Amino acid sequence: MIRWTFFIALGLWLLVLVGLKLLIAPPIPASVLTLYLVMTTVAIVLFVMANEDRWRAFQAPLRAVFEGRVPRFVQAAVLIALPVLVMGAAYLRLAPTHDAPFEPRVVHPEPPSGFNLKGKRISVSGLKNPLRTDGPELAARIAEGKNIYYRNCFFCHGDSLAGDGHFAGVFRPIPANFRDVGTLSMLQESYVFWRVATGGSGLPKGATPWNSAMPVWQDFLSEDEIWKVVLYIYAGSGSTPRTWEEGTHAGHQ
Amino acid sequence: MSARWPERPATPTARALSQTYKGVLKVSLLLVATYVVAQALSGFLPAAGYRDLLGLSNRTAVWIVAELHLMFAAFVLGVPIFALITEVVGVATKDRRYDDLAREFTKLLAMAYTLTAVLGCTLLVLFVVLYPKFTAYMHGLFKPTWALYLTLIFAEVIFAYLYWYTWDHLQGARKRWHIALGVMVNLWGTALLFIADAWVTFMMSPAGIDEAGNLTSLWAAVANLTWMPINIHRLLANVAFGGAIAAAYAAFRFLAARDDAERARFDWMGYVGSFIAIGAFIPLPFAGYWLGREIYQFSEQMGVSMMGGGFSWLWILQAMLIGSLFFAANVYLWLGMGRIPGAERYTKFQVPMMLILTLGFLVWATPRSIIATGSEMVAMGGSHHPFLGLFGVMAAKNTAVNVMILTTFFSFMLYRRGNRVAVVPWAAAGKAVQALAIAAAAVVVVGYGVYSYYVPSIVRIGYSVYQVTAVLAAMVVFVAIDIPLLKGAREIGPIAWGRIPARAQYALVFLAVTFTWLMGLMGYIRSGIRQHWHVYGRVADESANAYTMTHGDATLIVSGIVVAFFLLVAAVFFMAMREERKA
Ligand code: HEC
Repeated sequence: MIRWTFFIALGLWLLVLVGLKLLIAPPIPASVLTLYLVMTTVAIVLFVMANEDRWRAFQAPLRAVFEGRVPRFVQAAVLIALPVLVMGAAYLRLAPTHDAPFEPRVVHPEPPSGFNLKGKRISVSGLKNPLRTDGPELAARIAEGKNIYYRNCFFCHGDSLAGDGHFAGVFRPIPANFRDVGTLSMLQESYVFWRVATGGSGLPKGATPWNSAMPVWQDFLSEDEIWKVVLYIYAGSGSTPRTWEEGTHAGHQ
Repeated sequence: MSARWPERPATPTARALSQTYKGVLKVSLLLVATYVVAQALSGFLPAAGYRDLLGLSNRTAVWIVAELHLMFAAFVLGVPIFALITEVVGVATKDRRYDDLAREFTKLLAMAYTLTAVLGCTLLVLFVVLYPKFTAYMHGLFKPTWALYLTLIFAEVIFAYLYWYTWDHLQGARKRWHIALGVMVNLWGTALLFIADAWVTFMMSPAGIDEAGNLTSLWAAVANLTWMPINIHRLLANVAFGGAIAAAYAAFRFLAARDDAERARFDWMGYVGSFIAIGAFIPLPFAGYWLGREIYQFSEQMGVSMMGGGFSWLWILQAMLIGSLFFAANVYLWLGMGRIPGAERYTKFQVPMMLILTLGFLVWATPRSIIATGSEMVAMGGSHHPFLGLFGVMAAKNTAVNVMILTTFFSFMLYRRGNRVAVVPWAAAGKAVQALAIAAAAVVVVGYGVYSYYVPSIVRIGYSVYQVTAVLAAMVVFVAIDIPLLKGAREIGPIAWGRIPARAQYALVFLAVTFTWLMGLMGYIRSGIRQHWHVYGRVADESANAYTMTHGDATLIVSGIVVAFFLLVAAVFFMAMREERKA
């Protein structure tokens, strides 16, 4: 087996490349693909290097080619293939595309310590959803929130709350997907309240490029309505708000 | 340094005392000079809230000097811990090599102390000159701790000099006195660290002051929310750092060695250094997790800007570096197994281990929000990939890092067992229990990792504690069995120290550079998340340099600092080698 180290390594590398390219849908963006391939390459090379026998076996075919211990045509093939590969890679890198360029965006912009809600100053830290209580009234509020959601948010954030509403396709960035493990359940309700109330134009300085189409809901909804719709998007997407103190997540206040 | 003094006192004790006295004198002179320079400059310069340093940004100047000071401080705090551990091991195992190793590194201390002190004093002058108003404020708040700090510096210097200069004298029956000295060095050093941490963490998570910024409780200001997490995090990191630098030194000496005896000696030294470095490194992610949690708890805003906001991309760099550390550590061990007769029995484990490490690394480094072009975004339906997005969150990262830790630990254990065959009658049963412990930990880690996607975040955070506990418990069980298991084990052959490929030594150098880089990067994040605040949310930074830099600029500065640090360290090594040759 160890005799074939070089070819196994090469084959493995190609296998990973093909697997990542073809088996994962939607396709992995180039930035992550590059990251993965670089790490795979490093891993394979390190693994080979970590043992004298493997390392020697790995070098053997390379040495054979470059020290001229193989038939001429093999040598020629390698010497032609290498520059062709490099050329191909260079071409792929430089060929013009019609694609919009990278837009690095932060995952979640940091909330301000406070913001203005209809002229009133609201402090974000320590802010709790006043409507999240333990009693039977919670279900009714969630139902009202659902109503508000379908009147206002549904068109963008979608029926299943997955950010795939009717209009979703035309916005960049596309509306948030509440079913994603990295959105609502990572956030405190105070944070979500702030994002809904101040919308895209409330994005802080760090959250370039500030082009989110999310409306400023405090212009259309009352404070209570916003809290209700927040209740609903958590309930509807099956997520729970992030809390820090044990016990409060169920809504004890 | 001592060689330049011509007079030679009669007894070893007198000599140690006189050298210590000189050390104290040197530090006193340095401190007096600093005081005079700082006073003169602040009297001479026109009053201002902020000043520039000859057109250079005040922030960058303080940043570079502070980080270099911190790295050297980490070195002079880490090395005595490292030295003490090896010294005690030497006494316990009666293996002379450990004592020589400890001595070798303590020798570096005197030079390193001097550099640390010079950098610290420069930093102080820079504070007073560039940030006069804020420095005065901090000084006013923390006055009593300053007095204590100064006292401790002297205590530290006295004990460190005594520790070094009594090394040869306090051997044999007197060894325990020497170890006591070593303990003292470390106690004072740790106390120094804790005090400096109080100032730093106060700026991140202030406490003990009223609305106007006046002190209400000094203890509250010291024991603020992030103080203990940073203390522990830095303490562990210092040990790892000290070990890594020691290993890099050994690697360098190995590569420069002229004969087999020297190669054997430095090969062994590199192994011990890396062992301690990685041992201290393993609990580090847990300490970091605790720190992150406290930061979130102090201010969600700060937490989000650290992990999800402007600084989140730097964590991808951090993930790459830490993943590389795991790779390098394992590769070093596997290469080392090449010089252990009998270790080839365990080569077969390398394939699954590398696979696990690579998968862990891939998950660990997967970004949460992905850099993507317009059409890629459309295909993904957002900046979150529906499948890769699962790897972007903490639940996945915790699982990955725990699995990687477990694997690295297993590598170590195989290495340890390398040339030994257990002869105790219960060997088979013991090994089975060990395998079971590792498997159980893996199941707990992965199981909770998967399950945590289905529970609220507060519960999820609890799971990460179970994961850590499982890993630690498995390690304890494993080692507890391993020690009696290998008692009186049959040796297949002696370890051929020195017979290791040169590339293993580069892995050690890589470890040290990566550790240092990580420290610089994480230090920048820790300090940077205060953004435009001196004291977060309380005292605003009103200077022109209060903005947050682009990642490109910031990482360039960090990398520059790392290069500068290694140049300085190389100078210390070089001087130590020259002394050695002269002696
Ligand atoms: C015009 C389309 C549109 C409508 C209508 C809309 N949103 Fe949004 N929403 C967006 C966009 C676009 C984003 C930004 C996604 C991003 O920044 O990546 C967003 C983001 C959000 C976020 C932030 C999620 C996060 O992870 O930070 C929340 C919460 C949210 N919307 C809630 C709502 C609620 C509640 C409503 C109804 C009251 C609503 N949205 C209506 C387009 C819309």
